[in-house]
Amino acid sequence: MTENTQQPQRDGTPAPTGADLTIGAASVPDQTVAGYARLWWQRVRGGELGSLPIIVALIVIAIVFGILDDAFLTERNFTNLLLQMAAVATLAIGTVFVLLIGEIDLSVAYVSAVGGVVMTLLIRTDNPGWPWWLAILAAVTVTTVIGLLQSIVITKAGVPSFVVTLAGLLIWSGVVLILMTQVTSTGTIRISDEWIVGLANNFLSDAGGYILGALVVGGFALSQTLTARSRRAGGLEAKPTLIIALQVVGLGVVTFAAVYYANLDRGVPTATVILGVFLAFWSFVAARTPFGRHVYAVGGNPEAARRAGISVDRIRMLVFMINGFMVGVGGVMLASRLRSVATGSGGGDLLLSIIAAAVIGGTSLFGGTGRVVAALLGATVIASINSGMNLLGLPQGTRFVITGLVLLGAVLVDALSKRARAARGLA
Amino acid sequence: MAGESLLACTGISKAFGAVQALYNVDFEVRRGEVMGLVGDNGAGKSTLIKGIAGIYPFDEGEIRFEGESVRIHSPREAAQLGIEVVYQDLALADNLDVVSNMFLGRERVRNGLVLDEPSMERAAATTLASLSVTTLRSVRQRVIGLSGGQRQAVAVAKSVMWNSKLVILDEPTAALGVAQTRQVLDLVRRLAEQNLGVVIISHNLHDVFECADRITVLRLGQQVALLERAKTNQQEVVHAITAGALQHVPGMVDSRAVEA
Repeated sequence: MTENTQQPQRDGTPAPTGADLTIGAASVPDQTVAGYARLWWQRVRGGELGSLPIIVALIVIAIVFGILDDAFLTERNFTNLLLQMAAVATLAIGTVFVLLIGEIDLSVAYVSAVGGVVMTLLIRTDNPGWPWWLAILAAVTVTTVIGLLQSIVITKAGVPSFVVTLAGLLIWSGVVLILMTQVTSTGTIRISDEWIVGLANNFLSDAGGYILGALVVGGFALSQTLTARSRRAGGLEAKPTLIIALQVVGLGVVTFAAVYYANLDRGVPTATVILGVFLAFWSFVAARTPFGRHVYAVGGNPEAARRAGISVDRIRMLVFMINGFMVGVGGVMLASRLRSVATGSGGGDLLLSIIAAAVIGGTSLFGGTGRVVAALLGATVIASINSGMNLLGLPQGTRFVITGLVLLGAVLVDALSKRARAARGLA
Repeated sequence: MAGESLLACTGISKAFGAVQALYNVDFEVRRGEVMGLVGDNGAGKSTLIKGIAGIYPFDEGEIRFEGESVRIHSPREAAQLGIEVVYQDLALADNLDVVSNMFLGRERVRNGLVLDEPSMERAAATTLASLSVTTLRSVRQRVIGLSGGQRQAVAVAKSVMWNSKLVILDEPTAALGVAQTRQVLDLVRRLAEQNLGVVIISHNLHDVFECADRITVLRLGQQVALLERAKTNQQEVVHAITAGALQHVPGMVDSRAVEA
């Protein structure tokens, strides 16, 4: 029992000296605000950066483009940004899950196009003239099944997802071409269904925007308070009430400022609401359910997960199906936003944007680290940079180079912070 | 110190093709005792442990657990009996915190859906405290930030969370420094004090003599000695490991195959 006193770390690294941090959590009733801040700073220094780099990046982007172009920080451009990022962020949610289990899916852009094309073909008037909701359901089912098929090859044949989905990239782009050339000679089909066009082109009323903002802030406050209360009831240390209050106020200010700003223009886009619902749902699944926990475990150490009785193949297949589902939703939103599908749907820099959004948002390419909200943060960065460069009228080549450099920067932050974590882990 | 018999294997044999990995081995662990299992490479230690853990069945022999004759067909069945193995690589997910690792695959849920974090965190903290593991800053710390000794402690704590009765530790002190080896050996003793049966496999005789009550020596797939620590010394154990009398001398071909 001589080791009962505080055990010095062998290498003497930033081991905390505060007496309140030495013993397991059971004996500490509540954290102090200072202790909370100190722990947070330790985590950042240890390489667990969380959303910090993104917030810094967004501020830098806003300042730089705000100075370079007067139109960047206008309310018009803000709502445009919200419209542009919604589909990419929706698609990136699926990619976050795939990256979390340490896999990658290179076929997402073209699978989303398959979804958009299937939906568009099914709602053509009288041929077969399906109702909009049934067509969307069919499109999402198709993309989910595609995800399942690809995951079966990956898990059962043991082929790396990189290769399977690279083949998928080619196959599904071919399928888009085949479907399109069979029904049209112009290469484009317009969507006239007002429900579907409305998904990504309508706006909430001003009051609707504020109600939505209140729901978001209220929901956050409620979930934080309930968590803290149940932890205190269980005799565990909880987040200090002051910190929760500060976070709620901070979120409230940002949310209502955003709604106010959007309302100066056309209002909050419905696409943002759709994105928000999926973000909330999948965040809950990833962070609060055993399934989500198993996803992280498979990404962190598949062997540990297997020995713990988790069916690793089942988790992988479910994740690829979730990805397929979100890719279908994203494909529908893209088609809706453009009011059409074309032979070139899913091409261009869409794939790059999706994966870059997930990675820039803080999802590790090494698996096991990241949050669903990364899809939102990363897509915001990508969309703001694109929007800024558009306003400045930069040529396509320059834009690719800059976007590529931003992606490289995000991957470097990921790799370096992983190294920092590993260095600390070798204590 | 030593209580009633917890695990009793008698006449265990196991062959892989032409290689007789285990021949007529007896192995017993009592409640509240630490049994050291030693032997040279290829002596059959891992084969014996994996059979008990349900990785594969033995060809011959009987296993009695708590007096009942049992057949263990899978790791899951072993766990249901209360047999847990902590393998050398520990099988922890670095990206998850201590609590998540300890409950991995056996999470507690509320409303049939949501992780019951407070309950799991309390139970994890209680288990760690009962093993006097006090060097962790927080049970919410990620495993990647832990030292080798702390990881071993978490892996052991994970194995005793489930009403386990027998804990088998495979080379728990390999790759650990002096201070951390000390911590792990103390932890092993505390497991026995809680009336669990403990098996410790180690190449390091010094570590085995530090914590074991009895020592079983395997050589070429046969049990060549069962010694009480208090009545033996390292020399005698080394002799048994390298030149212990074999009850059955395998044919030359077999013998080479086992040694290979």
